[in-house]
Amino acid sequence: MRPLDEKETAAVFEKLFKFTGPNLKHIVERPAVEGPDDPPGRYCFRLHKNRVYYASESLVRRSTNVSRARLAGIGTCIGKFTHHGSFRLTVQALDLLAAHARHKVWLKPTAEMSFLYGNSVLKSGLGRITDNVKSGDGVVVFSMTDVPLGFGVAARSTQDCRKAHADAIVVNHQADAGEYLRNEAEL
Amino acid sequence: MPMAKPPNPNSQKNEKRPQGKVDEEEEEDGSQVSDLDDEQSRSDVSSDGDPFTDDFLGGSDEEGEELRSESDESDLEAKSRAIDEARARAELEADEELRLNIKEESDEFRLPTKEELEEEARLPPNLSNLQRRIKEIVRVLTNFKTLRQEGASRKDYIDQLKADIMAYYGYNEFLADTFIEMFPAVELIELLEAFEKNRPECLRTNTLKTRRRDLAGVLINRGVNLDPVGKWSKVGLVVYESQVPTGATPEYLAGHYMRQAANSFLPVMALAPQEKERIVDMAAAPGGKTTYIAALMKNTGVIYANEYKEPRLKSLLANIHRMGVTNTVVCNYDGKELPKILGLNSVDRVLLDAPCTGTGTVCPDQQSIKTSKSIEDVQNCAFLQKQLILAAIDLVDANSKSGGYVVYSTCSVMIPENEAIIDYALRKRDVKIVPCGLDFGRSGFIRFREHRFHPSLEKTRRFYPHVNNMEGFFVAKLKKLSNSKPAAPGAPNTSEKTEEAAAIDDDKKLRKDAPNGKPEQLKNSRNGKGKKKIGFKSGTHSEGKVSPSKPKLRKKWKFASREEISQAREEKRKSLKKRKV
Repeated sequence: MRPLDEKETAAVFEKLFKFTGPNLKHIVERPAVEGPDDPPGRYCFRLHKNRVYYASESLVRRSTNVSRARLAGIGTCIGKFTHHGSFRLTVQALDLLAAHARHKVWLKPTAEMSFLYGNSVLKSGLGRITDNVKSGDGVVVFSMTDVPLGFGVAARSTQDCRKAHADAIVVNHQADAGEYLRNEAEL
Repeated sequence: MPMAKPPNPNSQKNEKRPQGKVDEEEEEDGSQVSDLDDEQSRSDVSSDGDPFTDDFLGGSDEEGEELRSESDESDLEAKSRAIDEARARAELEADEELRLNIKEESDEFRLPTKEELEEEARLPPNLSNLQRRIKEIVRVLTNFKTLRQEGASRKDYIDQLKADIMAYYGYNEFLADTFIEMFPAVELIELLEAFEKNRPECLRTNTLKTRRRDLAGVLINRGVNLDPVGKWSKVGLVVYESQVPTGATPEYLAGHYMRQAANSFLPVMALAPQEKERIVDMAAAPGGKTTYIAALMKNTGVIYANEYKEPRLKSLLANIHRMGVTNTVVCNYDGKELPKILGLNSVDRVLLDAPCTGTGTVCPDQQSIKTSKSIEDVQNCAFLQKQLILAAIDLVDANSKSGGYVVYSTCSVMIPENEAIIDYALRKRDVKIVPCGLDFGRSGFIRFREHRFHPSLEKTRRFYPHVNNMEGFFVAKLKKLSNSKPAAPGAPNTSEKTEEAAAIDDDKKLRKDAPNGKPEQLKNSRNGKGKKKIGFKSGTHSEGKVSPSKPKLRKKWKFASREEISQAREEKRKSLKKRKV
C-alpha cells in the first residue's frame, strides 16, 4: 500500500472531477470521522494491488502492520487501474460520488430495474435531470426516491434530452448497484 | 338404564363361553351389555347360587323389585348385607376391568420385540408407524412409573426411541445420542420438529442509510409482507412472504438493509460497540455482523475485519461497500496470528463468531448436517475454538477505557463447543463472564453429565429453534480483568477442580494469601519445635524467592519448603554434633 504518485493522482482526480466538479475539494478535505482519535484527521488515497482506496489517515496508519499479501481492503475502494494504466471508477465509489455529485439524473420507477441490469438510460425512463448537463459529463443516477443506483456519462446535454425521442440513450451506463449481485467476483 | 333382556338366558350363554373374554357380538349391542355380561360371568364364578347378586347385577329392575317384595323382614338384614357385598364386589370387578383396560392400552405401547424389529427392517420404513411409536415412547417416558411395561427398563425405551428418531428424522447415531442426552423427551421432539421447518427470513435495517420505519414502508410498497422482528431489536424485520426477491430490490442494492438470520443480531448486540473504539471481528465473512458493528459505531473508530478463507473475502468486501461502511480494514489472516499482527492488548473489543459444526442450523435446506457430523468434527472444532478464543482474549486490552470485552458465539448446540470453550478460557486467562445484555434465551449449562463448569456460565445464553424461533445459537460475553496471563504449565497443575470452581478473583486471593500464610505457619511450627533460627531462615528464604507472578511464587515456595526442610535437618544434625562435641 502506497500513496499515489503524480500521474496516478492526476488520473484519479480527473475522473472524479467529471462527476463532482468543484466539489472535489470537499472530497479531499473532508474531516474524517473514522479512527479512534478525537481530532478528526483527513482522508487520503492509497494504492494497493492496482486498486485505489479512499480512507481516513488514522485508518491508514492502523493498517500498516497488516502485511501486503494479507491486506484485502481499507476504507472504500473507489476504482482500479487497468493493465494498461487507465483508471476506472467502480460501483463502490457510488456512495462517495452520490454525496458530492454535481449532475444528477432521476429515473422513473419503471426504468429502475433496467438500469440495475446494466442497460443505459433511455429518454423514456428519464424522470428528472439537473440543469446545465453537458454531453460527456459524469452523471449519478438516482431513483425517484433519491436512492443512488449507479453512475454514467451523459450522452446528451439537458436541452438535447428534451428534444430527443423516447428511445434515445440519455446516459451511458458506467456502473450500477446491480453489479454487487452480477459481478461480485470482479469488484 | 332398564335392560329389557331377561338375565337367565344370558347367564347360560356366559357359562358356555370362556370367562373374562369380551364378546365382540355383544359389544355391538352396546358396551353396557358386555360389561354386564362380564360381571355376570364373573359373578357366576364368585358367587355361586347367590340369587340376590345375580338379579341385582344382571336382572332388570322389575325383577329385582319382585324378589325383594317377596322377602321377609328377617331376611332384610341379610339381604342388605348381600347387597353391600355385591356392591363392593362390583366395585372390585370394575377396578379390575379398568386395570385390564389400561393393560390392554399399554400393551399397544409395548416395545417391539426382536422379531417385529427384524420384520420392520426388511420392509421400507413405515413413517406413520415410526411417528406413532416415537410419540408413544415419549408419553411413556414422561410418566414412566405408571406407564412402563413390565420388564422393560428405561434404557430399552430410550434405545428404541433413538432408533426411531434416526429412521424417521434422518439423524446419524452421534447426533441422535447427543440430543437425547441433552433434552428431556418432550422437548426433544419439539426440537426435532422445529429442525424440520425453515426459520423465517430476517432483514436488518442499515441505520447508516435509512430508518426501519422508512424501509418497512418502501418494502411493503414493493410487495413484501413483513413485521418488526420483536421487542428485542430496533433494526430487525422479519419477512413472512414476498412478491419480489428481497435480495435484489433497489433498496438492497443501495445498501439499505442486510439479509441476516435473527440469531446473527445477538452477538453484536451483546458486544455493544461504542463510537471511536477499536474492534476486531475475527471471522467476519460474509459481513453481516461487521456491518452491524459499523452501523452501531456510526462509522467511527476502526474495525479490523478478518477472514481466514480467501474466497469469502469477496463477499465480505462487497457487503462492506454496499452498506456504506468506511471504517474497516479487511485482512486475510488465520485468527490465531492476529495477536502477533495487531499486537497484544491492543483493541477494545473482539467478536469471535467461531467456526463450528453448525448443529444448530439444521433445517430443510441444510439436511446434510444431520448425517455428516461426528465426534471428531466436534473435537476438531473445539480445538480450533480454544486457540481462537485465547487469541481473542490476548488481543483485547484489559485497561481500555470503554472496553475490554470479548464476545464468543457459535451456531451450534454442542456443549464441547460452547460451555467447555468458555470454561477453558476462564481457566487459562484472567477473564470473567458478564451478562450478555440479552434478556431472553436460556442460560448455559453449569453441569452436564460428568462435566462441571464454572457457575458463572449461567450468564451465557443458549437459543433454540423451538423456544426462540431462531437457529440454535450460543452467546457468551467475557470481560478481561487484567493483561497478565497465568503461567501456562503451572496453573493447571497447582489448581485443583474445586479451586477452579471458585471465582477467578478468589483464586487470586488464595494464591496471594498462600505464600504469606504458609511461611508464617512454618515459622510457628518451627518455633514450636525450638528452631527459631531455621524459622527465620525459612522466612528470608521464601522472601528471597518471591517472584512477580503469583502461581510461580506458589510453586517456587513449595520448592523452597523442601529445601528448607533438608536444610533444617542438616542444621539440626550439625547442632547435635556440636552439642556432642
